[in-house]
Amino acid sequence: MDILDMTALQLAAAIKQGDTTAVEAAQQMLARIEAQDKTYNCYVTVDAEGALAQAKAVQKRIEAGELTGPLAGVPVALKDNLCTEGLRTTCSSRILHNFVPTYTAEAVKNLQKAGAVILGKTNMDEFAMGSTTETSAYGVTRNPHNTEHVPGGSSGGSAAAVAAKECFYAIGSDTGGSIRQPASYCGVVGMKPTYGTVSRYGLIAYGSSLDQIGPLTKDVADCAAVLEVLTSHDEKDSTSIARKDTNFTEALTDDIKGLRIGIPNDYLGEGLDGEVREAILCAADVLREKGAVVERFDLSLVEYAIPAYYTIAAAEASSNLERFDGVKYGYRTKDYAGLHNMYKKSRSEGFGEEVKRRIMLGSFVLSSGYYDAYYLKALKVKALIKKAFDDAFSKYDVILGPAAPTTAPKLGESLADPIQMYLGDIYTIAVNLAGLPGICLPCGKDSRGLPIGLQLIGDCFQEKKLIRAAYSYQQGRKAEEMTCVSNVENGQGGEPA
Amino acid sequence: MSKQYETVIGLEVHVELATRTKIFCGCSTAFGAAPNTQTCPVCTGMPGSLPVLNKQVLEYAIAVGLATGCDITRYAKFDRKNYFYPDNPQNYQISQLYLPICRNGGVEIETEAGGKKTVGIHEIHMEEDAGKLIHDEWEDCSLVDYNRSGVPLIEIVSEPDMRSAEEVIAYLEKLRQVIQYLGASDCKLQEGSMRADVNLSVREAGTEAFGTRTEMKNLNSFRAITRAIEGERERQIDLLEAGESVVQETRRWDDAKAESYAMRSKEDAQDYRYFPDPDLVPITVSDQMLAKIREKQPEFRTEKMARYKAEFDIPDYDIEIITGEKPLADLFEAAVACGASPKKVSNWLMGETLRLMKEQELDAGDLRFSPQNLAKLIALTEKKVINSSVAKEVFEVMFAENVDPEQYVEEKGLKTENDEGALKKVLEEVIAANPQSVEDYRNGKEKAIGFLVGQTMKAMKGKADPGTVNQMLRELL
Repeated sequence: MDILDMTALQLAAAIKQGDTTAVEAAQQMLARIEAQDKTYNCYVTVDAEGALAQAKAVQKRIEAGELTGPLAGVPVALKDNLCTEGLRTTCSSRILHNFVPTYTAEAVKNLQKAGAVILGKTNMDEFAMGSTTETSAYGVTRNPHNTEHVPGGSSGGSAAAVAAKECFYAIGSDTGGSIRQPASYCGVVGMKPTYGTVSRYGLIAYGSSLDQIGPLTKDVADCAAVLEVLTSHDEKDSTSIARKDTNFTEALTDDIKGLRIGIPNDYLGEGLDGEVREAILCAADVLREKGAVVERFDLSLVEYAIPAYYTIAAAEASSNLERFDGVKYGYRTKDYAGLHNMYKKSRSEGFGEEVKRRIMLGSFVLSSGYYDAYYLKALKVKALIKKAFDDAFSKYDVILGPAAPTTAPKLGESLADPIQMYLGDIYTIAVNLAGLPGICLPCGKDSRGLPIGLQLIGDCFQEKKLIRAAYSYQQGRKAEEMTCVSNVENGQGGEPA
Repeated sequence: MSKQYETVIGLEVHVELATRTKIFCGCSTAFGAAPNTQTCPVCTGMPGSLPVLNKQVLEYAIAVGLATGCDITRYAKFDRKNYFYPDNPQNYQISQLYLPICRNGGVEIETEAGGKKTVGIHEIHMEEDAGKLIHDEWEDCSLVDYNRSGVPLIEIVSEPDMRSAEEVIAYLEKLRQVIQYLGASDCKLQEGSMRADVNLSVREAGTEAFGTRTEMKNLNSFRAITRAIEGERERQIDLLEAGESVVQETRRWDDAKAESYAMRSKEDAQDYRYFPDPDLVPITVSDQMLAKIREKQPEFRTEKMARYKAEFDIPDYDIEIITGEKPLADLFEAAVACGASPKKVSNWLMGETLRLMKEQELDAGDLRFSPQNLAKLIALTEKKVINSSVAKEVFEVMFAENVDPEQYVEEKGLKTENDEGALKKVLEEVIAANPQSVEDYRNGKEKAIGFLVGQTMKAMKGKADPGTVNQMLRELL
């Protein structure tokens, strides 16, 4: 088997058996990135030298028997909003074009402890604001299944890197669907865990109460293994939770007999593409055939999730992004007259349009006289949405639906109409508002050959149920239907639609 | 002035808490380190860093709240106060607006007339301090030192209950005492560990409605506060008398010029866009935690005064002075615990200690000598190992360097000469050398003995007990 076609777990096993080495795997990945990333632009920064040095060190420790974990020696790509000591971290923004963190994010440290080899930092929507990776200051990322299409966002670089085999797995962050939606568009597996499961320390914040770090992988087994490594209780993050049931790989069993699955009617209504709808219902049938009890129900309140989300996330972002001011690090304008002019020019020049739009929106909803009408109301909606999910989970183990209303749109189609783009988040954002875990995995392709993603949502701390359902579904599908990984050399990708 | 005016004053008092580490990270709060050496990603506002509340800050804030009769908020939150300034690395300050930790308290003060009144406390909230901006005139640039960034503060907001500078000072002294007794802060105005902003308005005597208020900042001493209050009162009355109106604004006091100038008016007041900090979880104060803090509350001044009165035979005036400053009371009690007589300890504190403090412009908190050493010094005088003038000398050295008096007396050979033979020899020499004085004494001039004692002490290099010398002289003569 070609190394490049291996999953992360397969590669680690091969390294452990001595069939290959961490160095060999890193070299092959770096060569592939070198050869094809000009086309896809998955990476903002590739750390070839660092990756090889890490690979050598890790290989030694594997051989010495010090590193025995299931992911030891496997190259990984990190979304460029995860701080990495000594390695440039830009959030795909001009304002951080030269920012080199002095410390490493806790989640990344967990990966390093498990023997990960960091290849580089992946492209994203600027400060994770966007659904297409087109708001990046470092160029768009192209969907490996069709380069005329977006990879989704904001973790578009991470999803595309997995799909284009430019890494064995990647890490993303999900504030309103930023892992699950690009996973859906790129035909890979992506998971947002329960809020508080993975430490946010070192994740450059967008919407702090919604942000979670999670894996983007080739299959469900990798997803469970990576999540297991990412998870830890971190005292440096006040919102981090001490969880006990984090042996997620134990849930990789092909048994869903009696699992109660609910499909919200609200997730199949107006605005949903017919082919996506068909694929989702087919996926539900697969699960039913495997013994799950599948029902339709009304979740309600879904329509209020988008305004509530954009109010809360923008409010938090407007404050979180205040620190980027040209004083301490990052971009500072060349010419300025006095402090306030420096602030104004640095921020005007350093931030892109979408980020500025959300900062203004967030500043507005927090301003005196509007706080109650917008921000507080949004928090109340958030609480009601959580309650609606609580009610649903009293009846169902898992909620099933699409991750996005359509497959990947063409490049350039989305940014012209931000409201339309925001509406595309309809199926993912309620999950963030309620702090729930959600997984997205491929369930077919549309007539244009673009991947369709199936989303499974669980109650808080019920990742294992999601993994079990996703794994069972994956086992129930034919191999060719699951192959959502393109191969640019064979000319199967990159064709204009 | 044709009309009678009443001054209405409320205070916002910031107190730096005496925690070892900062409010949201593990960096040291020690004062005076080289710039930016006590910093980390959290207190320099690095991307991705997150705050974690220092529990000691919460405990101190609750302790101060309990000691000032406040209701403790059982479900409290931190809020972000958003404003851009380079000393504020995140460009928001983590503070409390919506659910502050303490509310509705008050402290009792004595008024000039000798009566008592309560100054209400509207709320006490926890927040982080900002860094320090240093302007480099030579390079024409500004530098930021983030060592102070994240040092914990509580802000105590009073009701507008004070009517004069004297009441303000009484209120501040009361707060300082309580907080010092709790050990929550050293409350030094000059060093900025206690800072007061004065909100002041005037109104015609007898009217109910408040006048327009101004807020005065940069008040670094009780004297500056008093002067600023008097100056601002006059300024506002002059405006009103001239038919003008007071502008609601923040003013900065220049103590050297004894005048204030406007910093910013209400019109350019910023919208701080307060909202709950999503990085910090809400604080829940359990019954258990509250009981634990209550249990740890120290003996406050009133209780201490009553106890001293009952336990120690020292004057009321001494009790008042010693208990007025927690460090003095601590010294007193510790020295007494070492076995020294309360009366003697009190005398040393009231006499030499206060004298040297005044001379060197020191606060009680600056005292360096240990109670053990004070007790040893007292023991040396009581056992007549040294005489009182030597003791004062030793005390001065002890005051400056906290030397061990036993060792010091030994090393410097300051012990009183107790060898009667040697003393007798010297006395005989003094008598022989001063026939006139001996003559005078014998003729009934009592004063002459003083001169002879002095001569003897001089010859003994001060190391004799003046009482013994006096007695032996009389016997010899």
